[in-house]
Amino acid sequence: MDRLSQAQSELREMDALAAMDSPVHRIHPMCKLYVTILYIVTVVSFPKYNFSGLLVMVIFPVLLFQAAGISVKLCFYKLRIVLPLVCAVGLANPFLDHTPVLRMGGLVLTGGVLSMVTLMMKGVFSLMASFLLISTTSIDSLCAALRKLHLPGILTTLLLLTYRYIGVMIQEVAVMTQAYRLRAPGQKGIHISAWGSFLGQLLLRSADRAEELYSSMRLRGFQGDFHYADVPACRVSSLLFAVGATILILAARYLNIAGLLGSLVMR
Amino acid sequence: MIEFQNVSFSYGEGKPVVEHLSFSIQEGETVGLIGANGAGKSTIMKLLLGLLSGSGDILVDGLPVSKQNLPAIRKKVGFVLQDSDNQMFMPTVYEDMIFGPRNYGLSREETEKRVDSVLQTLGLTELKHRYNHKISGGEKRMAAIATILAMEPAIILMDEPSTALDPVNRRTVINTIRSLPQTKLIASHDLDMILDTCQRVILLSHGAIAADGDAEVILRDKALLEANRMELPFCLQGWHR
Repeated sequence: MDRLSQAQSELREMDALAAMDSPVHRIHPMCKLYVTILYIVTVVSFPKYNFSGLLVMVIFPVLLFQAAGISVKLCFYKLRIVLPLVCAVGLANPFLDHTPVLRMGGLVLTGGVLSMVTLMMKGVFSLMASFLLISTTSIDSLCAALRKLHLPGILTTLLLLTYRYIGVMIQEVAVMTQAYRLRAPGQKGIHISAWGSFLGQLLLRSADRAEELYSSMRLRGFQGDFHYADVPACRVSSLLFAVGATILILAARYLNIAGLLGSLVMR
Repeated sequence: MIEFQNVSFSYGEGKPVVEHLSFSIQEGETVGLIGANGAGKSTIMKLLLGLLSGSGDILVDGLPVSKQNLPAIRKKVGFVLQDSDNQMFMPTVYEDMIFGPRNYGLSREETEKRVDSVLQTLGLTELKHRYNHKISGGEKRMAAIATILAMEPAIILMDEPSTALDPVNRRTVINTIRSLPQTKLIASHDLDMILDTCQRVILLSHGAIAADGDAEVILRDKALLEANRMELPFCLQGWHR
């Protein structure tokens, strides 16, 4: 399978993941959205040297991945392109912060290294939580939840259509690349001299496809606002999840859980 | 039910694609729109749906095709696009089928009933929750027809409904078209299918009507068809090895 077909199938796989059935999938989308936002905000708010405190936060997404029946490995595989970028954010820290924070024999751990690690962890955990949300909630339900939170319809429609059009665009690129390859055997990729016309054609073709799709939508009564999947009423179990998760996340943030666990073990 | 009165249209300043076109279609009729590439078949459909606007008058069920009437007209007229991929843009067949009815304000329960009834009529119940990208071309074409039928339109327009289908799927589509009671306008190059499904044919040439009448008569007229860059349907060619 070439890379474009793989991208296409991975995109579709996300829809398939969101359509699975598990206790996490059954949680009300608004509750999941709220908990995800709370989790990300909490993770980001950790002080830059609080490694042990932050480490505890990994438990939350890992447990939910287990409950959802989605492997953490799959999450890392899907995020393989973004993860290095997120990790690269803190790379300059060791050069900027030389404050020693820990000495182990002759080894000195500087504040820069520690803050780099915590920054990477913050990025990775936030991505894991976001992936958990989108792999257990369909884009329609997510947009419906956002609408219920009074986010303007234009934004949710834009989000939904962008998501749909990514697939259309990939399809067009795949068709054009295949046509190019069949007439340029032995060539690796698309020659630089063809990039301009390739991109121009891609733009025109995707605009045409988008126009056709939009016509099809308008002919079926679309007037700018989606009738999203009906989001069922929020059940007690979803509310309990939201409340429980809030307590646990805030406890992890403000109590030294790692220290408590450590002292229990030492005793 | 459909009336074109002296309708003309051109893209920009170019040559008119449709010129002084007048015809009418009665309720319950199935009309085939045939003609060479560029004869104006798809343009006529787009004009009828208000996707393009030209000069002259177009009436659908007495309503002139104008901006303020478009919602009412589009509710009455269902359009099956040539490329089902452009029609089926939601992840599953079910989501695509509820798209139209929900936009027209039908409740979830009513929509559900309609979807089930249409799927059952077309024998597609097993497709209901299938992903659009995982169904075959033939199934997708049938699903595209189902999405339109779920809107319960009074008129159905079809643009090349039988292209890119294998013989069995083509036959399924033909039988489906024959079973639909609505007024239908079908644009196609598949003259065998037109002969099988339509009582009347409008033959277009350079945006004007070259012939309008009984399908059996027009589609047997070799000279007329050849003069308009077409040929007899295969079933009438008496082809021998």
